[in-house]
Amino acid sequence: MRAWIELYVQQFRTTFATMLQYRASLVIWMISQVLEPLVYLIVWSTVSNGSGGSVGSYTARDFAAYYLVLMIVNQITYTWIMYEYEYRIRQGYLSFALLKPVHPIHSDISDNLSSKLTTLPLMLIVVAGLALIFRPTAVFIPWAVLTFLPALVLAFLVRFFVEWTLAQAAFWTTRVSAINQVYFVLMLFLSGQIAPLSLFPAPIQIAADILPFRWMLGFPIELLLGRLSPLQALAGLAAQAAWLVASLVLIRFVWRAGVRAYSAVGS
Amino acid sequence: MNILRLLSVFFRVSVLSELAYRVNFFIQLFQSLLELATALAGLAVIFSFTTTLGGWRPDEMLVLVGVYFLVGGLISLVIQPGMSQLIDSVRDGTLDFTLTKPEDAQLLVSIQHVAVFSLIDLLLGFGVLAVALVRLGERIGALEAAGFVGMLFAGGVIVYSFWLILASLSFWFVRVENLLEIFRSMYEAGRWPVSLYPGWLRFALTFIVPVAFATTVPAEALTGRLGEGTLLGALALAVVLFIVSRLFWKLGLKRYSGASA
Repeated sequence: MRAWIELYVQQFRTTFATMLQYRASLVIWMISQVLEPLVYLIVWSTVSNGSGGSVGSYTARDFAAYYLVLMIVNQITYTWIMYEYEYRIRQGYLSFALLKPVHPIHSDISDNLSSKLTTLPLMLIVVAGLALIFRPTAVFIPWAVLTFLPALVLAFLVRFFVEWTLAQAAFWTTRVSAINQVYFVLMLFLSGQIAPLSLFPAPIQIAADILPFRWMLGFPIELLLGRLSPLQALAGLAAQAAWLVASLVLIRFVWRAGVRAYSAVGS
Repeated sequence: MNILRLLSVFFRVSVLSELAYRVNFFIQLFQSLLELATALAGLAVIFSFTTTLGGWRPDEMLVLVGVYFLVGGLISLVIQPGMSQLIDSVRDGTLDFTLTKPEDAQLLVSIQHVAVFSLIDLLLGFGVLAVALVRLGERIGALEAAGFVGMLFAGGVIVYSFWLILASLSFWFVRVENLLEIFRSMYEAGRWPVSLYPGWLRFALTFIVPVAFATTVPAEALTGRLGEGTLLGALALAVVLFIVSRLFWKLGLKRYSGASA
C-alpha cells in the first residue's frame, strides 16, 4: 500500500512541475473546454427565450445551471488519454512505461488527477464568473447532492477506463483520429453535451441509457440539479457500476492483446 | 498572373507528395462527412424545438454551416499549413531558402504548403451552400449574391492577414503555435450567428479574433440582413488588416537573422 501511495505522490510532483512549464497550453485548453458548453448554453437560452420561456422543463436559467455544472463535471471526468496513447505508441515511448514494474495505467490515473488539481480552481473561477453573467437557478436537494459525489467518482472512473481501453486501438492502427472522432460525436449527442438528454425523443434516450456516455457526464449533472427521482438515481448508480466492471474486464483483455501486437515503432 | 502560376506549381507538388498517402484521403473524407453530419444533426435537434434561432431560419443556418466549412476548409487547405511552416522555419533558420528565391517572400510562405485533402471541406461547403440556395430560392437577388461574394472574399483576406500577423510574431517570440491554436478553438464559435452571443463575447469574436467576419458576415450578406455599415466596415477592415499584416511581416523580417545559419 505504501509503495502505491509513494508512486502516486511522485507522479503528482512530476505532473505539477510539467504543467507549470506549459502555462500557455493551459489557457488554450481552458478556452476550448469552456467555449463549447458556453455556446450551447447561449443557443439553448436563445431557443427557450424565443419559445415562451422554456424548452421541455428547462428555462434559460435552468440551461445556465445545466451547462455550468457540465463544465465542472466535464473538467473532472475529462481525459486526453486517446491522443496521448497514439503519440506514445507511434513514437515508441510506451517501451519505457513497459519497463517499469507497475501497470502503466497507474501513472496515467495519477497524471490525470494531478493535472486536474491544478486546473480545477481555474475552472471554478471561470464558472463563477459565467454564473454572474448567466444567473443560473437550481434547487439543491440534500440527498441528491450527497449522491452526486459517488456518482461523480464513478463517472470519472467509467470515463477513464472506457477511454483508456479505446486508446489501446493505437496498438493496431496508427490512424486513430477517425475512431476518436466517432467516439466524440457519440459522446456529444448521447452524454448530454449538445442538449440535456430529457429533450431527446424516446429511442435516443433508451440508447443513451444503454450506452456508457450518459453515465460519464449527463447523469451526475441531472442528479445534482435535482432532476432525478431517488429510484432513477439508484438505477443510474447501478448502471455506472455495471459499466465500471465491464470496462475493467475489457481493459485486461485489450491491454494483453495490445502489448502483444506492439512493435515499438520508432525506437 | 504570377501568383496563379506559383500556386499551381505548389499545388501540383503537394498533390504529388500527398498521393503517396492515399488512405489519408478516405480518412479525411470520412471525418469531414462525419463533421458535417454532426453539424446538421445538431441543427435538427435545435430546430425540433423552435422555428427560428435568434431570427435565423433553418435554411439560413444552412448557409452559415456552408460558409463555416468553406472558410474552415480554406484555412486548413493553405493558410494553416503555410503559417505553421513559417513559424518552424523562423525557429530553425530554414526561412533562408525562401528568402533567397526571386519571388516575394510573403507570397511564397503563404502558399508554400497546400494540404490537398482539405479540398474536401471546401467542396462540402459549396455543396451545403448550393442546397441552401436552392431552398432559399427567389429570396436571393443579385445584390445579395454580390454582397456574399464580396464578404466571403473580405472574410478570407481578414483571416489570412490575422494569421500572418500571428505567425510573424515568431520573429520576436519562440512559441507562437499556441496563438494559432486559440484561433482554431475560437473558430468553432463561428458555427453560430455571432448575434446570439452576449456583447462581450460578440466583441471578442469580432475584434480580438475576427471569427465573425469569416462566417457570420458572409452568411448575413447572403440572407439579406447585412447593413451597408457592416459591409463597408468589413471591406475597410480587410484592406487595413492586409496592409498592416504586410508591414508587420516586413518589420519581422528585418529582425530575422537566420537562427542556425
